[in-house]
Amino acid sequence: MKKIYSVLVENRSGVLCKVAGLFSRRSYNIDSLAVGETDDPAVSCMTIVSSGDERTIEQIEKQLNKKLDVIKVKTFDEAASVSRELMLIKVKYNKGNRRDIMETCEIMKADIVDMSRNLMIIQICDVPEKTALMIKMLQSISVVEVARTGTLALPKCIETE
Amino acid sequence: MIGADAIVKCLEEEGVEYVFGYPGVAICPFYNSILESDIKTILIRTEQNAAHAASGLARVSGKVGVCAVTSGPGATNVITGIATAFADSIPLICITGQVNSELIGSDVFQEADITGAVESFVKYSYLIKDVNEIPRVFKEAFYIANSGRRGPVLIDVPIDIQKAALKKFVYPENVNLRTYKPTVRGHAVQIKKVIGELAKAKRPIICAGGGVLLSGAEGQLRAFAEKYSIPVVSTMMGIGVMPTKHPMYYGMVGNNGKPCANRAMNESDLLIMVGARVADRAVSQPDLITENKVLVHIDVDPAEIGKNVGPAIPLVGDAKHIFEDIVKEEFTCEHDAWIETLNRYRDTMGKKRNPDPAYVDPAEFIRLLSEKMDDNAVYAADVGQNQIWSCSYHIVKNGRFLTTGGMGTMGYSIPAAMGAKLACPDRQVVAVCGDGSFQMSMMELATMRQFHVPVKIIVLKNNYLGMVREYQHYNYKDHYSVVDLSGSPDLEKLAMAYDMKFMRLFNMENAETAIAEFLSQDESVLLECIIDPMDLV
Repeated sequence: MKKIYSVLVENRSGVLCKVAGLFSRRSYNIDSLAVGETDDPAVSCMTIVSSGDERTIEQIEKQLNKKLDVIKVKTFDEAASVSRELMLIKVKYNKGNRRDIMETCEIMKADIVDMSRNLMIIQICDVPEKTALMIKMLQSISVVEVARTGTLALPKCIETE
Repeated sequence: MIGADAIVKCLEEEGVEYVFGYPGVAICPFYNSILESDIKTILIRTEQNAAHAASGLARVSGKVGVCAVTSGPGATNVITGIATAFADSIPLICITGQVNSELIGSDVFQEADITGAVESFVKYSYLIKDVNEIPRVFKEAFYIANSGRRGPVLIDVPIDIQKAALKKFVYPENVNLRTYKPTVRGHAVQIKKVIGELAKAKRPIICAGGGVLLSGAEGQLRAFAEKYSIPVVSTMMGIGVMPTKHPMYYGMVGNNGKPCANRAMNESDLLIMVGARVADRAVSQPDLITENKVLVHIDVDPAEIGKNVGPAIPLVGDAKHIFEDIVKEEFTCEHDAWIETLNRYRDTMGKKRNPDPAYVDPAEFIRLLSEKMDDNAVYAADVGQNQIWSCSYHIVKNGRFLTTGGMGTMGYSIPAAMGAKLACPDRQVVAVCGDGSFQMSMMELATMRQFHVPVKIIVLKNNYLGMVREYQHYNYKDHYSVVDLSGSPDLEKLAMAYDMKFMRLFNMENAETAIAEFLSQDESVLLECIIDPMDLV
């Protein structure tokens, strides 16, 4: 089972280490981890995607809540969230496959953001399945390197009365 | 006022009486300032024992134990003691000196990243970066250590911060932590559910863990068990929640526990686990305790509930408050038949031992010893076969039984007993260890001598690391490896070296008189009991 944890933490040094350490110490998986400041500079938000059985999922939330630097933990399913991942892919190209790459980018709604005579960097910002698909599509063309943010997610907006 | 003075002032504000520790350059400003205070310092002989001694003090006094060591090796040496306190949920403050703030990260002499190293063994840790933070940090640290689920808190203080001038010392009245608000009172709806189950139950039982002692809920537990006549068993850390001879108490559970206690727990239809982790030593098969029964799990730490076993009724809160709330409820329950069954188990399911009369029988010896001990005596058990014998045969009256059931750290009993004796100088304090565990802490005989801490020590000597030897007996067909302790010192000469009275017992013949003499001493005594090297627990 995959779960997304949106963890609000005190923006202090060492907190990332404490949260990441909790996962390794109790052998929980981290599929991805993204950290950034929130609108309050004293608070950071960590978006952690993890997987495990029901008990593990529950334990992760409880153990996170035990950490004194953790302000709030929100746990939600991928389906109940809007999630995005930003990825940069550097590929090698030649005259023969340039058009193919550009078409793929068009279909996948990706942008070419940098270019040299034989290399280009493609940027895609989409749901994690799409970014994974993009890598797959480009694999045959020779991918030089990839950088990705990991999933960022927020629970979907639900009308409140 | 400088940072070091401020730390001492904080300790005074918290009513600290003793600091256990070992100095080094990085903690010298603190040890210089403490000379001006009434707080007494105890120079322990190795840093690990500073944490154990603080743990012993904390457990009998209910206060936070404090230790202070230097940076680098001083700090890393104390880790095992901190980890032990963490596993056993004991409230400690550990102050570590640190190198100059500007040098942190440059691997200078005696630098260790101690806050990083202890991360998974502490409830929280601080690295102080501004001298003006000291009062707030200490106020928070004491509160964190001794509230909710108790545990150790480490405060790392660079030497320049200890020397820096403080603008103004104001000790905060209150703690304001937005991320830490432990639930103390049980949820009313959940309590109602428990009452509902209690009214239905035919075979209810309470399994009490160390959490009951930590919250000081022994009286409330007893009142609850007596009012509704509910039998009680305990985990190792829960020994002492009730007097051993109390008619409603059926002993310790677990793979080294009393057969009747395990059977009682398995046959119950309502099991109330309180302040216990349901860890492997107490409950080797967590599935069994939910089979054919309703499990109620009460703990102040919500993460413990559902970690090892999924309960039917989770109840988060402090044991004391919860029992106080439950005992107010009026309902009728009838389980005379169940109690009769358990009494029969207790009378008939004893362990049979065939001791060799050529040696001291540890079982009989411990039974005799505890009968003769004072009503409110403190008994510190070490780790090894001696621990299992102590758990099985020590009779708690209204005293305390201290051991490390969570971490199982050898060498715990002597420093813990010292801490307990300093906290309660009027109580009789006895440490019982094996010859292996004794040698892990025997350097503390000097501390006892120097600071006049008259702890009584018993060494059950078999010239083996008995528990491992027993394990190798069962699992490796007597293929003993690295368990032979020959080469150990002559304890009589050792006692003489430390000006300690020494006694030795070869068999049970004069055991009673020897025990009486041992206990009657005002000073420290070392009693060596020669036990059968091949004995099994």
